[in-house]
Amino acid sequence: MKTDIEPTSSAAESPPKVRTRSTGRAGDKIFLGLSRGSGIALLVIMAAIAAFLTYRAAIAISKDEANFLTYFEWNTGSSPMRFGIAVLAYGTVVSSIIAMVIAVPIAVGIALFISHYAPRRLATPVAYVIDLLAAVPSIVYGLWGALFLVPHLTGLYTWFDDYLGWTGILSYQGGAARSLFTVGILLAIMILPIVTSVSREVFRQVPKMHEEAALALGATRWEVIRMAVLPFGRSGIISASMLGLGRALGETMAVATVLSPNFLIETSLLDPGGGTFAQNIASRFKEAGNDGRDALIASGLVLFVITLLVNGAARMIIARRKEYSGTAA
Amino acid sequence: MKLQRKNRLRAIAAGALAVSGALVLTACGSDDNSGGGGGDSKAASNIKCDGKGQLLASGSSAQKNAMDLWIKTYGEACKDTKLNYKATGSGAGIQEFLQGKTAFAGSDSALKPEEVKSSEKVCKGGKAIDLPMVGGPIAVGFNVPGVDKLTLNAEVLAKIFNSEIKKWDDPAIKALNKDAKLPSLKIQAFHRSDESGTTDNFTKYLKAAAPKAWPHEPGKAWEGKGGQSADGSSGVSSQVKQVSGSISYFELSYATANSIKTVDLNTGASAPVQATVENASKAISEAKVKGTGKDLALDLAYDTKADGAYPITLVTYEIACDKGNKASTLPATKSFLNYVASEDGQTSLKELGYAPLPTEIANKVRESVKSLS
Repeated sequence: MKTDIEPTSSAAESPPKVRTRSTGRAGDKIFLGLSRGSGIALLVIMAAIAAFLTYRAAIAISKDEANFLTYFEWNTGSSPMRFGIAVLAYGTVVSSIIAMVIAVPIAVGIALFISHYAPRRLATPVAYVIDLLAAVPSIVYGLWGALFLVPHLTGLYTWFDDYLGWTGILSYQGGAARSLFTVGILLAIMILPIVTSVSREVFRQVPKMHEEAALALGATRWEVIRMAVLPFGRSGIISASMLGLGRALGETMAVATVLSPNFLIETSLLDPGGGTFAQNIASRFKEAGNDGRDALIASGLVLFVITLLVNGAARMIIARRKEYSGTAA
Repeated sequence: MKLQRKNRLRAIAAGALAVSGALVLTACGSDDNSGGGGGDSKAASNIKCDGKGQLLASGSSAQKNAMDLWIKTYGEACKDTKLNYKATGSGAGIQEFLQGKTAFAGSDSALKPEEVKSSEKVCKGGKAIDLPMVGGPIAVGFNVPGVDKLTLNAEVLAKIFNSEIKKWDDPAIKALNKDAKLPSLKIQAFHRSDESGTTDNFTKYLKAAAPKAWPHEPGKAWEGKGGQSADGSSGVSSQVKQVSGSISYFELSYATANSIKTVDLNTGASAPVQATVENASKAISEAKVKGTGKDLALDLAYDTKADGAYPITLVTYEIACDKGNKASTLPATKSFLNYVASEDGQTSLKELGYAPLPTEIANKVRESVKSLS
């Protein structure tokens, strides 16, 4: 075993070898143990959560008189209990999709502006302000949504109804605009900062060589972005979107404050109604008895599974894009 | 690149400063709401202190303001007892009590038979009982432009909340309000999206007073057809404030706080009845005790036609063991509940918009409290 302290004179001639093996020092062993322990602990915690949810959910579902997956109502106060997640699953997925459709293009636009268009003096404050959006508590978003956004959306919805009402999904009967679409808009604002900041970091990492090569070939700035930046950042954008989607799926307080839940699936996205998993749990947990809580936990388990599926799908997409992106995402 | 990083760091530092500054400011600005509306808490001399240490209770948020005032007054007289009431909601309160975490629970609805049964685990040799402590009117607030006074009856209310009457100028509403200028506006009936004792009592009223027009089972979860919903009393009352053509139900204090107009009820009495504390007291005094033994669960007279009796009321209970209370908390629980049910404890609530218990029922409650063991 060579000592790593070498006379300075020889250091210039033979550069020290890069060490790959552990030196056997205590520090390395401790660090290895810590990092391995953290990894194992995470798996154990996840398994414990899953086991707890499954156990409590099984109790509730065995007492459910209705079909848990297809029943619309949620009535755990009656005996026998009748509850189902059809409306909740629909509302959760639809409001999150609306949020993604609105937020992802805007977020990518902001990220490109910050990383490629804005003068440096402007880019930093803009990036910072966007990040600040993430620091606003969700109940504040909810209050802002209920007191400001909802009354101001009536005009827009009436316009939608006039011109797009024939589609059926954008018809509007008037009334307070406390619908899944409103929730989608609010969620879009809430997931903007996370999608923006991750995309921005990815765009920053685009190899300068690629961009300069494109410029040398006479590409305009937009062409550079289209040919070099976006293909390189694609997997990054997808994973950023998935982080945002995860937040949108699980958002609770803001949805509970803004949405007007009921147990009908409306064809129109603009009419009040629907519900989401998290909102339903938040609204009903306080007054629920033991069985009612188990039922809510069962609905939480479904959300858990949906989130797992979404993340799994995202990982698969990223893995498939790896060879294009030129980075080990 | 380097320069940029430096700038970012600077910006982050500046931002962090700004944010922490804002946090400090909000911390200063948060107002302390304990004391529940500043009822005068004269140190009542007839509070008998007993017991020492922490007394934990939790449950109904409807009685939170009352509890705050009681705890303040009691705490000033009895320095040895620290009372702590968490307004977690009736359901959670009953759960915690049944798990033995609290000395007593507050609830807007009487115990269900299965809850009484599972209370035998906590109450060694006894069972949990309902002690009515305070009542209050549930107001029906409305927001119709150009209409200041509105009279409705149970049947029309039931139809409005079941989406059968859809416009404010419906003949059924017109018939009850001959002088009002009712607009041709869509009715937006708001109910609670969370489960609540207020919904429970409101639907019990609809079912009892208009069984034909209200086909649904009463309960904490809303079962009516259609309408819109919002979370919590504060949620529905702020919607009524905001949305023109809206109507909803909440405790009177929310209507007063938001200056929302309330519906007068045509109960069949000689004149329509206003939602006031006095009128609610009058209706509560007609309640029958349906509990047996020490249990004093009340059967409210929802279909009363007595003059000046406002029938949509909510009575909130304290729930404790009749026998087998924990020795460590029993003395303090008894002495506190004794004060709460006493003349002083009851009359101090009037300013907060609660209706004191009628004398007859209050006497029974006092007897029940005395016999707790």
